[in-house]
Amino acid sequence: MAEPIIIAKDLEVSFGNNTVLDGLSLSVPRGEILGVVGASGSGKSVLLRTLIGLVAKTRGSVSVLGVDQDSASEEEWQAVERRWGVLFQRGALFSSLTVLQNIQFLMRETLDISQELMDEVAMAKLEMVGLTPADATKFPSELSGGMTKRAALARALSIDPEIVFLDEPTSGLDPISAGELDELIKTLQKTLGLTVFMVTHDLESLYAICDRVAAIADGKIVADGPISTMLKAKHPWVKAYFRGQRGNLLAAQREQPAL
Amino acid sequence: MSGEALLTSRFDEGVLALTAGGAWTARNAGELERLLEAQREDAGAAKSISIDMSGVREFDSFGAWLLERLTREWQAEGGKLTVERLPEQDHGLLAEIRQVNQTPREQPRRSTPLLDGLARFGRGGASVLDDTAEFANMLGAISVAGFRVLGRIRNFRLTSLVNQLDRVAWHAIPIIVLITLLIGGIIAQQGIFHFRRFGAEDYAIDLVGVLVIREVGVLIVAIMVAGRSGSSYTAELGSMMMREEIDALRTMGFNPVEVLMLPRVLALTLALPVLTFIGSMAALLGGGIVAWVYGGMSPDIYIARLSDILTVDHFKVGMIKAPFMGLAIGIVACAQAMKVKGSAESLGLQTTISVVKSIFLVIVLDGFFAIFFASIGI
Repeated sequence: MAEPIIIAKDLEVSFGNNTVLDGLSLSVPRGEILGVVGASGSGKSVLLRTLIGLVAKTRGSVSVLGVDQDSASEEEWQAVERRWGVLFQRGALFSSLTVLQNIQFLMRETLDISQELMDEVAMAKLEMVGLTPADATKFPSELSGGMTKRAALARALSIDPEIVFLDEPTSGLDPISAGELDELIKTLQKTLGLTVFMVTHDLESLYAICDRVAAIADGKIVADGPISTMLKAKHPWVKAYFRGQRGNLLAAQREQPAL
Repeated sequence: MSGEALLTSRFDEGVLALTAGGAWTARNAGELERLLEAQREDAGAAKSISIDMSGVREFDSFGAWLLERLTREWQAEGGKLTVERLPEQDHGLLAEIRQVNQTPREQPRRSTPLLDGLARFGRGGASVLDDTAEFANMLGAISVAGFRVLGRIRNFRLTSLVNQLDRVAWHAIPIIVLITLLIGGIIAQQGIFHFRRFGAEDYAIDLVGVLVIREVGVLIVAIMVAGRSGSSYTAELGSMMMREEIDALRTMGFNPVEVLMLPRVLALTLALPVLTFIGSMAALLGGGIVAWVYGGMSPDIYIARLSDILTVDHFKVGMIKAPFMGLAIGIVACAQAMKVKGSAESLGLQTTISVVKSIFLVIVLDGFFAIFFASIGI
């Protein structure tokens, strides 16, 4: 197994009296696509936001790319931040910049390259995520939900990060676009050697692209492993999720690939 | 930079052999771009070019694109570039990159300063007309909503009106009293200071009284309300516009003008006369304090003198303007809010425009009123 590049140990996050994560531990090896599932409000997004340092933890430790969140100096942590990309649930594109400018934002700030190359690479990214050159000059407010996700993904990938954090990349997309986006994430993961940390609700994404799935309930990881492990898990929520009506359909397809 | 050379070249017998190494990644993209640029001259004389990629340890989409760009540039000139010994795991990425950027991008039209200036001038002129139309439009929409509500008065949103009055009138009182008190004091001080030279200090009281009641009271209050409440209306309604809340209201069968704007504009129209009255009184009080402390005039004298010179006409002139200014501020605020587009930037821009325009309009209105009152002789 490759070296783990995201390590969370004994993580606790609480807001007032409400403990969201309670002693959660998780590690993600390099090059893996990890899907994190859990009921609404179980703390999936909080976990993601804690790992990237947007939410303060009350206990435990987080280390990303070998750098500990607490002991790292501001510069060290910033250097780590430049090595990952984050796709927020609602895109979080800068509303006053065009799509192309959004993608070029980090290139412009961190790389010493010509405007021409910047344009070309940004257009390449745009096409890789399935947008057309005509979308480059649009503003985020002119994009549809799916296009926003794609543009945000292109921005997350703008300087070829090592890790991407995806917060519900396929939510709000039609099944075809969701499938395409899954395919895209898989392709990019393979070609760029990315490590993907993905929070999702989408069973099909889990089946299609995740190497490993971690299920959160009661503030902890209650099941962890490939889909086959999930299908055998005992935890009631995990069971309901993977062995529910929709889960069973997919599970059946998986067991009989001839269909 | 890594120790390994990113690119080395060997040129013999019309064959240019490039050897790549190190990390062909985003971090080195600037360096790589320059190195490849430098090869172009040599490449011109070459019949064929090959690039050996076996030494490349890291390869990302920047590197892949640079390689692909080199290939394409060569193809365009009729040459051929062969990529050799690319590490196995990087084939997928290069294949992916091969498919993109196939359509040439159109160059942005070059602009000339003269033409741009003319265009900007034209747009500016047109926007003045647009603004007037928008103002009239909003005034019309609010009047229509107002009359419609008059027809079925039970539907009127009294709670909303009271809430808005609480926000724009009640909560504005402390700051307005403070500012007008100071302004009244300053006018009195200046009056006394300058009139003293002619031994006509008493006239400072005339100055304070007439100026505050007729002009300064209402103007200061209107400007403050424009900055305080007009801006908050634009920001509030604008962000509702941005997040489609206004569309949601509309699809539920509500008229946003009636539900959101009418109570707000009405609240401003009602609040401004009240605030003007309070502000004017505070200014007179400020003037009185200064006259007493700095000018040595007892409060009795100050009040007696004020009651001699101030007539009901003066008071009317000041107060009659207030509701119109409130209406103008409210309408500008709502009209600007409707122009907010999706971006955070446009919200800020429209809020600024709202304040600037309403202050401008308040002063213009005051000018018109001055002309009007002069011509009817009060």
